[in-house]
Amino acid sequence: MARSASRLTTASRRPAANRLQTALPAEVPALRLSGICKRFGELLANDDISLELGRGEVLALLGENGAGKSTLVSILFGHYRADAGQIDVFGTPLPPGNARAALNAGIGMVHQHFMLADNLSVLDNVMLGSEPLWQPFSRRDAARRRLLDMADRFGLEVNPNARVGSLSVGERQRVEILKALLTGGACAPRGASGRPGTRVLILDEPTSVLTPDEVESLFVTLQRMVAQGLSLIFISHKLDEVLRVSDRIAVLRGGRLVACIPKGQTDKARLAELMVGREVAVPRRRPSRAGRLVCELRAARLHDAEGRRLLDDVDLGMFAGEVLAIAGVSGNGQQALADVLFGLRSLDAGRMLMDGIDMPPRPAARVAAGVARIPEDRHSVGVVGDLPLWENAILERYRSRSFSRWGWVRRGAAQAHAKALVEAFDVRGTEAQGVATPTRSLSGGNMQKLILARVLTPEPGQHGAAAPKLIIADQPTWGLDIGAVANVHQRLLDACAQGSAVLLICEDLDEIFAIADRIAVMHRGRLSAARPRAAWSLPEIGLAMAGGLTEAVLAHSARGVGDAP
Amino acid sequence: MHLEQRARISRPLQWAAPLLAVAFTLLVAAGLVAGAGAPIGQACASLLQGGFGSRFAWTETLTRATPLILTGLAVAVSFRARLFNIGAEGQLYAGALAAVAVGGQHAGVNEGAGFALSAWLLFPLMMLAAAAAGALLLLGPAILKSRLGVDEVVTTLLLNFIVLLLVSLMLDGPMKDPAAMGWPQSVELQSTMQLGKLVDRSRLHSGLLWAVFCSGLCWLLMQRTTLGFEIRAVGANAQAARFAGIAVMRTTITAALLSGALAGLAGAIEVAGRSGYLTLDMSPGYGYTGIVIAMLAALNPLVVVAAAIFVAGVLVGADDMSRVVNVPTYIADVIVAVALLSMLVASVFARYRFVFRGLRHAR
Repeated sequence: MARSASRLTTASRRPAANRLQTALPAEVPALRLSGICKRFGELLANDDISLELGRGEVLALLGENGAGKSTLVSILFGHYRADAGQIDVFGTPLPPGNARAALNAGIGMVHQHFMLADNLSVLDNVMLGSEPLWQPFSRRDAARRRLLDMADRFGLEVNPNARVGSLSVGERQRVEILKALLTGGACAPRGASGRPGTRVLILDEPTSVLTPDEVESLFVTLQRMVAQGLSLIFISHKLDEVLRVSDRIAVLRGGRLVACIPKGQTDKARLAELMVGREVAVPRRRPSRAGRLVCELRAARLHDAEGRRLLDDVDLGMFAGEVLAIAGVSGNGQQALADVLFGLRSLDAGRMLMDGIDMPPRPAARVAAGVARIPEDRHSVGVVGDLPLWENAILERYRSRSFSRWGWVRRGAAQAHAKALVEAFDVRGTEAQGVATPTRSLSGGNMQKLILARVLTPEPGQHGAAAPKLIIADQPTWGLDIGAVANVHQRLLDACAQGSAVLLICEDLDEIFAIADRIAVMHRGRLSAARPRAAWSLPEIGLAMAGGLTEAVLAHSARGVGDAP
Repeated sequence: MHLEQRARISRPLQWAAPLLAVAFTLLVAAGLVAGAGAPIGQACASLLQGGFGSRFAWTETLTRATPLILTGLAVAVSFRARLFNIGAEGQLYAGALAAVAVGGQHAGVNEGAGFALSAWLLFPLMMLAAAAAGALLLLGPAILKSRLGVDEVVTTLLLNFIVLLLVSLMLDGPMKDPAAMGWPQSVELQSTMQLGKLVDRSRLHSGLLWAVFCSGLCWLLMQRTTLGFEIRAVGANAQAARFAGIAVMRTTITAALLSGALAGLAGAIEVAGRSGYLTLDMSPGYGYTGIVIAMLAALNPLVVVAAAIFVAGVLVGADDMSRVVNVPTYIADVIVAVALLSMLVASVFARYRFVFRGLRHAR
């Protein structure tokens, strides 16, 4: 790991012997942003940001959600027009608010959510939008040559004829990168030097969907790009990656550029502090004290409508006082597993038992049995955004005697409960309207606080009751900023310390290693044995996520419940 | 240009939007009247005079508003559950038909006097039958929607024509009044089944009180009960409601039954309060106008009453206007339609802000 990182930096510091820019004096930076300001109503999204990106340099853009990263990139890419400030690309001013001009100037972007058409081939996807519409036939042969040439140059192996829908996530990202590289300047008037090509590439959270192995190969690709003189902007909130890949790190907070530091002069803790603006509390861990078996899945099987196996003989045991994490690349059956545990889908075969009793596949039955459920999509599944906060606070338990009597909602009791939740979990954004605040208007972190409060707090009158028996958390920190993530982790660990069994479904290995006691890996609907955190190494878990499970490991998982910690 | 949801709707905006919508509607109406070559001032005055200007105008308007309140409530309840019931018209006729079947003076029954039950028993039975007929008519589309995903807009709309043809069949056949000299109309309701008048020498009947009472009940139901909570949650976000443990299908079907029952009641009350017998032209589209009213009222059951009175007043006043300044009466329909459209646009303006790319909040 460290080796490749050092190679990357040496490569980038080497004077670029490139054919991309020739006539320009060397001191003109690839990109210069001066005094960029952008205001959305009350919100100052970008406040006087000035940055330079050198040639052959990797600049990381680090910041929490809402720090202004996306706004800045959108301005750079011509989607927004800045209120003030100027952008120069290789010394030439970029006309504001014109995406075409940004493309022609050689700025390319790899989006976090791929902008590809699944039903088209790789070649079609790369050509899409890059050809003038007036020519009667598309020049496929030339495009194919350019695609293969570019792929060869950067070590991005692809089959131009493959349908994008059939590719893995890592392969799709390669296509996305190639598209970004080939689209830059594609429609620019051709001068003597031919197409300028993409010279500045922006990568938005490029590692969020990749396995550790795929991340490695992406980093190798980035290194080759830099070696050939491309300049990169790498957007991320993962500190390890940022420290590895970039030459300089620009930290945004609340729309301001708070620091721009060479990599060598900083470390993880310092960056986290800069990002959040204060010291970040590390979740307090306690030694694992796994108790009794609370819930188990036995030989659980689930198919989708086309008969593909979503869950393939999954065995799983969840123990009181223990955090069990399910790792895996997204789309390998985690959604199905979560839906089964949430009570949204019934199994095709196998059983789900709680305290040794079969559970009916109904969400209400799960709530009644003491399961706290935290869904992945808090906006569209976790809350009803149009209803006020207090109604969402009792959404799961409105039928209980505490909150309704004879079919009438006990508004006073419900609102008092909601108020207590808001105070206990420090839900912000309710100053103006209190518990009548429309839930939609809460920020992601506060919405998640509300959901946590709802599922972790016992009803009034049951204050003696302990934490929930079982907590199912599906990507509970997705899209949250560092402070909110730490809060969620602490809440889960606290509940765990009070005897809850916690099941964490998560794609982020940092998160898993931070709070899990045992880890199991899911791949194509199969689940590996759950082993203690210390028994997994990073390469091993990466191998398992990529499907490199040996039959021996799988056979082991047949008694997954048996191998208690 | 694109739309962006406002985080919060400020209070002035909340009031300004519907007022501006009404102002815009009046402007369009004035334009139409001017286009028809009539004096605008006189037209406006006669419209207001005819709708709200006298005791007679008020009783006529309220009489017209009575079925509109009920169909408006029917639509409001179902739309709140995201069940787009376009079939209130059919449910209204089904309710009216059921009312006549229970409360009518049938030739073959009890020597032409109809069912010989005490009025204390027969009247509730008649209303119940009407509500049940409307509810059952919407039950099918609701089940088809929640089980198989069949679009309820199509099924409920088409059922309207089926019901109308059924009514036509009944009025020309088994329920035909033999004393009606060949006109396709039903036998009359027993006199004890007919609603009393609220105001002497007018057509205004006690059905208005029933309608207003239903509006209050609906508001209580939607805002204060667990069922109303379920309906609102399912309508606003069925996925989240299901996740939280609400039985989505059961809730949708309950809302459908309620909605159909309200529309069915509208039919029974219209028959029992107005003519006493059922004809094919009993409703000039009360069911469809109910959609307009529910939307104008933003699906709030209490506001439905006001919206229904407004629409009824415009419809009644337009008759006067056409007589006085000689413009076609269907200007009333245009006014109602424009009011609906501008109200919908106003609510979009209130809920979203328009963003013109690159120009927004430029300093």
